[in-house]
Amino acid sequence: MARITFIQPDGTENTVDAEPGMTVMEAAVKNSIPGIAAECGGACACATCHVYVEEAWREATGQPEQMEEDMLDFAFDIRPESRLSCQIKVTEALDGLRVRIPEKQF
Amino acid sequence: MSEDVIKTDAVIVGAGPVGLFAVFELGLVDVKAHVIDILDRPGGQCAELYPEKPIYDVPGLTVVTGQELTDRLMEQIKPFGAEFHFSQRVESLERLDGGFRLTTDMGTVFECKVVIIAAGGGSFTPKRPPLPGIEAYEGKSVFYSVRKMDAFKDKDVLIVGGGDSALDWTLNLQPVANSLTLLHRRSEFRAAPASVQKMLELVDSGDVSFKLGQVTELHGDDGKLTGVTVKGTDGETFEQKTEVMLPFFGLTMKLGPVADWGLNLEENLIPVDTEKFESSEKGIFAIGDINTYPGKLKLILSGFHEAALMAQQAHNYVHPDKKLIFQYTTSSSSLQKKLGVK
Repeated sequence: MARITFIQPDGTENTVDAEPGMTVMEAAVKNSIPGIAAECGGACACATCHVYVEEAWREATGQPEQMEEDMLDFAFDIRPESRLSCQIKVTEALDGLRVRIPEKQF
Repeated sequence: MSEDVIKTDAVIVGAGPVGLFAVFELGLVDVKAHVIDILDRPGGQCAELYPEKPIYDVPGLTVVTGQELTDRLMEQIKPFGAEFHFSQRVESLERLDGGFRLTTDMGTVFECKVVIIAAGGGSFTPKRPPLPGIEAYEGKSVFYSVRKMDAFKDKDVLIVGGGDSALDWTLNLQPVANSLTLLHRRSEFRAAPASVQKMLELVDSGDVSFKLGQVTELHGDDGKLTGVTVKGTDGETFEQKTEVMLPFFGLTMKLGPVADWGLNLEENLIPVDTEKFESSEKGIFAIGDINTYPGKLKLILSGFHEAALMAQQAHNYVHPDKKLIFQYTTSSSSLQKKLGVK
């Protein structure tokens, strides 16, 4: 089990339990976290589950692969800490992960 | 005008997998259909969002990609000769005596006895960058598509994005525009390599200016853009002068005009019964992801089931004088004749 905290643009925090193996996007959708649209359902095809990974967690979550980097072109306000949450797999090592939700998912 | 009206039994709004299978089920019960879709090809989300991605829950197919499923459905419905109208969006739906009239944004008019809304998550529309005040510029100096290249003649044009649309329009508009700047957040492009190559050649020859960064602000007055603020990759901002901006950030699904057709809606979905999958209005059906009912699952296979049951009732409206006898394709010679296998 890993606890993941989603931080809304207004600062509101929601912490949820996620099972290892699921994606951060799935953890968000399962817990009705606002701001994660995930229009394509996790196929890395829409860029509407964009999150900013907090600095302390960037190494643990790793870098986007080519397909994800390409898809990020279709997201708004991309920063070095931008990830698509459907491409971050939950592991025990991510217990405590904090991600921020962008102002807009487009 | 009246000779331009397409008269048919059924109009299916949406050419996704469920809309396509509806052609099959309607065909078996002698209901002729025309299919309209905003995309330029069949498949809906399967074609637009995940053509290469595997689907594991279509009965009988261990794994199938979105594109493969679309191709197979197109093959399966071939005997019914449905006519397709792509790159068009149904704008309005009017009630006629004993039927409906639908008009698309390209002015195509249909008159039919039943309407099948198989519009999935809505119609695919270009993503609008959430930049403050962008609405005021849309259609005047910010455009999400190019209808007439002439509109950009001798203009300073800024194209934003790094996909095929951004690259294609960079190449197409460069000879027409006064100046053309391509802005993208990185120096890699997910576009056809040949287009990227051509664009880079134009950059080398000084005909296209390529800049790295993301637009953060729009400047202008009264819908007329004068420039934009760009945040560069180094975090520094700079001003880019332009008269026109074309942002290409892919497509998103929006319910669109369906919302104005006078149907009951629940959270942008069309409530239907689970016997005929008919909306609050007789003769208008909703199948696939766009409908809702107790226990609804947004699965392709559920949509197929909905199409089969819908067709039974659609038959009753289209052929009120004919009694429908339930038959199997395996054993019915009349169904096999329709399928062209006998």
